Amino acid sequence: MSQGFGPLHPGAQEPAGERLARTELGAEEQKRLYHFMKLTRRVEARLSNLYRQGKVVGGLYSGHGQEATSVGSAFALGPQDFMGPIIRNLGSMLVRGVQPREVMTQYMARGTSPTGGKDGNTHFGDLERGLVAPISMLGALIPVMAGVALAGRMQGKDLVALTYIGDGGTSTGDFHEGLNFAAVQDLPLVVIAEHNGYAYSTPTSKQMKVDNIAAKAVGYGIAGEIIDGNDVLAVYEATRRAVERARGGGGPTLIEAKTFRMKGHAEHDDAGYVPPELFEEWAEKDPIERFERHLLGQELATEEELAAITAEIETGLDAEVDFALESPFPPPERALEGVYE
Amino acid sequence: MSETTYLEAIRRGMWDAMEQDERVFMIGEDIGIYGGAFRVTQGFLERFGEERVIDTPISESAIVGAAIGAAMMGMRPVVEMQFIDFIACAFNQIVNFAAPNHYRWGPAVPMVVRGPCGGNVHGSAFHSQNPEGFFHRAPGLKILAPATVEDAYGLIQAAIQDPNPVLFFEHKFLYRRIKAELPENPAPVEIGKARLAREGRDLSIITYGAMLHVALEAAEILSGDGIELEVLDLRTLKPLDDEAILATVRKTSRVLVLSEEPRTGSLAGEVAARISESAFDWLDAPVQRMTCLDTPVPYSPPMEAFYLPNVEKLVAQVRQLSSY
Repeated sequence: MSQGFGPLHPGAQEPAGERLARTELGAEEQKRLYHFMKLTRRVEARLSNLYRQGKVVGGLYSGHGQEATSVGSAFALGPQDFMGPIIRNLGSMLVRGVQPREVMTQYMARGTSPTGGKDGNTHFGDLERGLVAPISMLGALIPVMAGVALAGRMQGKDLVALTYIGDGGTSTGDFHEGLNFAAVQDLPLVVIAEHNGYAYSTPTSKQMKVDNIAAKAVGYGIAGEIIDGNDVLAVYEATRRAVERARGGGGPTLIEAKTFRMKGHAEHDDAGYVPPELFEEWAEKDPIERFERHLLGQELATEEELAAITAEIETGLDAEVDFALESPFPPPERALEGVYE
Repeated sequence: MSETTYLEAIRRGMWDAMEQDERVFMIGEDIGIYGGAFRVTQGFLERFGEERVIDTPISESAIVGAAIGAAMMGMRPVVEMQFIDFIACAFNQIVNFAAPNHYRWGPAVPMVVRGPCGGNVHGSAFHSQNPEGFFHRAPGLKILAPATVEDAYGLIQAAIQDPNPVLFFEHKFLYRRIKAELPENPAPVEIGKARLAREGRDLSIITYGAMLHVALEAAEILSGDGIELEVLDLRTLKPLDDEAILATVRKTSRVLVLSEEPRTGSLAGEVAARISESAFDWLDAPVQRMTCLDTPVPYSPPMEAFYLPNVEKLVAQVRQLSSY
């Protein structure tokens, strides 16, 4: 592994490079994974265009290059499970049933958005779909998702709570407090730490002294695992194992997915602080292209099938963008509504 | 019927809530076997079990965060802050997660964060604070501060039943010092309603918490001088009962807002501003505040007494204000 994250801790699996992880998933399910990764990237590409047209209100945050971590992990959840995504997990939300128009109307602050214009970007959720909205204070979701898991246990529901954190977010007190509390309570919580090299402009070397986030699991007495975050099958399989462990009473798991943020922190950030060779290196490991080669090489899909999936996504997105653009802004007085339940 | 302490009233209010609604659970530090640092949850573990009386690590942010998650899932968590001063460690979860959650994307957060506040017990800077001012501006929170045994029971019940995040500031000076008879089946007290604790014609004291008792004592003394104080107990600090505040101002035309907080940024300042904006025409004198000093809470008894409002100081300030 040469991406500058330092050595893996003993016993960890080297990321497999070109060959993807073994999986029980069949061709149809793997094509679903492909669909969601491609959909994620295309929604973000459309949003990027809309941003340049001045249609996006506020910042635009991309998960470009990290589609495998979002999609693979969310795909391992059951319908009764809950998920708390953070800003680069659009892919997870799409797997969970979020429609592109919901994201677009949010980013464009329209009255038809899931929050009615009260909040922006991917800051929305829907408990019916097992989706808890994030807040911008990183780490805060970890105790909250531990609480979701706690409630599930009290209510006799067989639910697992999954949430995400970046390498930067692991420096917060809430990351520690939440994992520690979940650990002592043996709560069914899975935390995916997306180690993408940078927290805004700060490289991981200035964030933590250890090379591997998963090493922190030892301090909480929980399971930890390092995976190749650009291999959607590895992400899926590791999450599936963690979910099974959680469901079986085995407590929380911290999964570290090694990946890379292929854009700046947000659309306005040109990421000039990232050495260009890192982008080049990681472009070769692009999770979607790697998965395409896998699907074709293993004869799980044909080029025509993959092209058809992409074409269908594009057509669908035309309608979603039109819907968002035609949606009105909310009436200003609606700002007064809903402070209290 | 035997007399109930303020502490016992809170305990009974929570106990009844646990009996009545299986969604209610307690979470906090040392609340189980030990029964809480002040023994408010004594006996809860034995009765309700460790699934509903959860002893936690020293992790205020995790405790409140977990309560938020559970509340969103339909549970009714009651968080104990061992001392309310420690609520600062959970500020982010309360102010940024719980408070705007319903407004932002829908789900209610029916959570109560309660704990002992207040001074006059020589607890110094980290065991004596009244932090309501830090939270008062946060839209989406409700803040309660009972001053009587009846309200201690009625408001904790109302807090647990309320679908919003509620901060419940119980005053540790009152825990075992005030007693009253509670009826067999006491009723919840409506959130958002102040209570006229004493009727008077000459000057209004608007207050809450332990300071209510300071105000009532002062009223007795001043009554001997022919000054009849009206005392309004706010009970709910957020949202404020503007109607009751304005009603007493219009009646007496002189107001002193009394609160046990450092002066700057205090809730007392907010009440005074509202009166000045909405009832200026009724005033015969400037709205005054009596608060603590703008210092951390000092430890040594004479210094703490100097820091806190008390009956003597209040009587003196009321006399001045009466003759304005």
